[in-house]
Amino acid sequence: MEFLLALVVGLMFGSALFLMLSGILVRFVFGFALMGNAVNLLIFAAGRLTHVNPPLIDPDQTIPAASVANALPQALILTAIVIGFAMTIFLLVLLYRAYDQARTLDADLNSFLVEIPKTTGQHVSEKKEPA
Amino acid sequence: MKTPLPPIERVPDCCRGGLVSSILPLLLFGLLCLAWPRVVQGNIFAVQWAWVPSLDLDLAFRLDGLGLLFGLIITMTGFFVSLYASSYMAGHQQLGRFFFYLHGFMLAMLGIVLSDNLFLLFIFWEATTILSFLLIGFDHHKTAARESARQALLITGGGGLFLLMGILLLKIAGESMTISHWAASGDMIRDHALYPAVFICILMGAMTKSAQVPFHFWLPNAMTAPTPISAFLHAATMVKAGIYLLMRFHPLLGGTSLWMATLVIIGGTTALWGAIQALGPCDLKRILAYTTLMALGVLTLFLGGRTVLSLTAAATFLMVHALYKAALFLAVGSIDHQTGTRNLDHLGGLVKSMPLTALAVAAATMSMAGFPLFFGFIGKEIMYEGALAEDMFPVFATVATLFANSLMTAVAAIIFITPFMGFGRQKMDPVKEAPWTMRLGPAVMGLLGIVFGIMPEWVSAHLIQPAVFSFQPDREEIRLVFFHGINLPLVLSILTLTLGSVIYRYRTFLRHRMNTAIDRLWITTPGLYQSGLDNFLRNAGIFTNTIQNGSLHFYLFIIILTLVMAVGWVWLPHVPGILIFPVISGPLIAIGLFAFILASTGVVVFAKKRLSAIGGLGGVGAGVALTFMIFGAPDIALTQLLVETLTLIFISLVLLRLPPMDAVKKRSRSRTIRDACLSLVAGLLLTTLMMGILQVPLDRNLTAFFEANSYIAAHGRNIVNVILVDFRSLDTLGEICVVVLAAWASVTLIRRTKEG
Repeated sequence: MEFLLALVVGLMFGSALFLMLSGILVRFVFGFALMGNAVNLLIFAAGRLTHVNPPLIDPDQTIPAASVANALPQALILTAIVIGFAMTIFLLVLLYRAYDQARTLDADLNSFLVEIPKTTGQHVSEKKEPA
Repeated sequence: MKTPLPPIERVPDCCRGGLVSSILPLLLFGLLCLAWPRVVQGNIFAVQWAWVPSLDLDLAFRLDGLGLLFGLIITMTGFFVSLYASSYMAGHQQLGRFFFYLHGFMLAMLGIVLSDNLFLLFIFWEATTILSFLLIGFDHHKTAARESARQALLITGGGGLFLLMGILLLKIAGESMTISHWAASGDMIRDHALYPAVFICILMGAMTKSAQVPFHFWLPNAMTAPTPISAFLHAATMVKAGIYLLMRFHPLLGGTSLWMATLVIIGGTTALWGAIQALGPCDLKRILAYTTLMALGVLTLFLGGRTVLSLTAAATFLMVHALYKAALFLAVGSIDHQTGTRNLDHLGGLVKSMPLTALAVAAATMSMAGFPLFFGFIGKEIMYEGALAEDMFPVFATVATLFANSLMTAVAAIIFITPFMGFGRQKMDPVKEAPWTMRLGPAVMGLLGIVFGIMPEWVSAHLIQPAVFSFQPDREEIRLVFFHGINLPLVLSILTLTLGSVIYRYRTFLRHRMNTAIDRLWITTPGLYQSGLDNFLRNAGIFTNTIQNGSLHFYLFIIILTLVMAVGWVWLPHVPGILIFPVISGPLIAIGLFAFILASTGVVVFAKKRLSAIGGLGGVGAGVALTFMIFGAPDIALTQLLVETLTLIFISLVLLRLPPMDAVKKRSRSRTIRDACLSLVAGLLLTTLMMGILQVPLDRNLTAFFEANSYIAAHGRNIVNVILVDFRSLDTLGEICVVVLAAWASVTLIRRTKEG
């Protein structure tokens, strides 16, 4: 089962990278969200998928039954989901702000490029020497 | 040339801070004087603390005759220069910084001559390079000062790297890093296969620091520094650091034909080139700088020898030069300070208005020209004796010394006669004599030139002999005497004075011829330096513009490519071992779910409209949530669903205000294919990595701990919740902080957005 999931995660991850590479900012955010899901699945699979009972302790017991799912990756994923959510929202706001500034969603356009001044041996600017 | 100083009337005559700070060099000079008698008797002061023993780096200091000679020169010049600067620099806004650099430099210089550990010496060596950079560029609002400072830094700093390399090679060759242990091991290193490499590296360090041809040009350019600095660094002390290095290494590396031939040729060339060029400029300071080149060349030339005579000549001339050159620099600075110019063509008749400075300059130039009764005469006699006693090329050495000395005599005459006796072409305003703080240094050093000239035997016994003995093991007795009798050196001395006056007579003609000849040189090291620097900067610019081209796509592509290649490089050999596909077992619903997730992913990737992409994204989220659900994780399934819903709402909210995706120009086919291939490779690499992870046995230790303690210790039946809010509650706090920060940042960003 895990091997199948590995393939799914790999393909999701690849798709996320492809979306991010497109240079269209909306698709970048989609890719980012997709990548978060892929990574969560990865952590989940790393804790194995063999058990089907949730990690709960029955009311009359002090320890869980023998076959419950691995609780540790679940706790990690919960944290990861929330943080991923926060980051996605922040990215969305950045996207909104970037569009507001650049008036385009195309990251390849000049309004997103920062020109680095051409350097030569000469000084760019000179203060006037006091007489 | 005008100084940046405001008009003299408004400036205080001297600043007290400078006066007080000149106590430090005086104190150090006094300390050295206390140790002096015992050093002359052959005692050696040494202290040592371990610093980094594993690197052979000790805080080892040692005062022997050579260190004493240099130390006395450094502290004495340091004292006079501080005193001088307290008037010269008075009114400058950054006096504190100036004196800090100046005294820092002096201490670093003392560190060089007192270090007994090579690495320690190197540290001080680099310190002088950096402080010299700061001091040359002290008037940093001037382009010339900045460029000279950079030039000096690049050249002497580059030489410093060679020195470090030489030191490391010495260590590799098995040599001790303690200088005083060297006396016995010279033969070992001279026969070692690494000897030529060590020699060249050390020589490069010395040549760049002591401005030998072809690295000489930074020194005249460094004259843009304020005069006290030129006097201290570029006449008396720092440029002598290379000479000191050659003296220290003499017992270890010296005496081979490689050493002798190289040093004599380089030294002789530098001496001649410096002396010839000294005729060229009209700027008094620049003239002095070229004569310094000549002196450094002559010193190198004599260090090429191995006889006591030539080494004595080096040590003696070192003193002669330090005395007259520092005095002359300071005096020229006084002229500049009082008249506002140091251009020969504009100066004249200063003997009436500045009589005391004139007297000091007279003494210094007489010593420089080598008149009898002056210390310079003694120096010149021993120089000719030394040159005649060279092992290699004695004729070249003698002729080079003769011509350099003759030119020196002529330049000495120019320096004294033109500004003080001659008639300036421009009518000069009335000039006041310099304040006492600026007269004391030149006067005392000029006077010492006479005193030492009259009693050379005392000097040789108390300064020269202890110094030469510290790097010359033969211990032949050294005596400087006033009159040698009629012999070849005396004849050469007379010849020098004659030639010097002839050159002085035809100086205008020679200057003209020389300047045109230099202009015709088609290849020069300053030119090479400049074009090299320009090319370097230009190529750096091209390189930066290529790899930092500002394209998000390019950066991301390179990052992913690097990651894939780096991980793949390590991981690929292991991949065949894990590519075993077991029989796919498990609930059929799971397989269906995976198919659903993949299909939704496909929708996101291939969607033309953003609405379909959002739908696909929702499908992926739901699929993932259901996967969590069927594999025993209802908590995260719930969270996932909630978060996914919220995310979609937010995405829709934002996208409503943005233009459609397909408003963007379509990407080219080749680029899409390239991106797709890279993404696919990266994704599949992740798959193999994950399969590798799954084949490592699962370590359930932590899980077992949480399962065992969840109820007993934390009274919770939902283990995941207990982990989050109890065992790892700090992680959760961190998570909350991230959410708060993201919300905060988002609100701020939205508020700054233009409405409408």
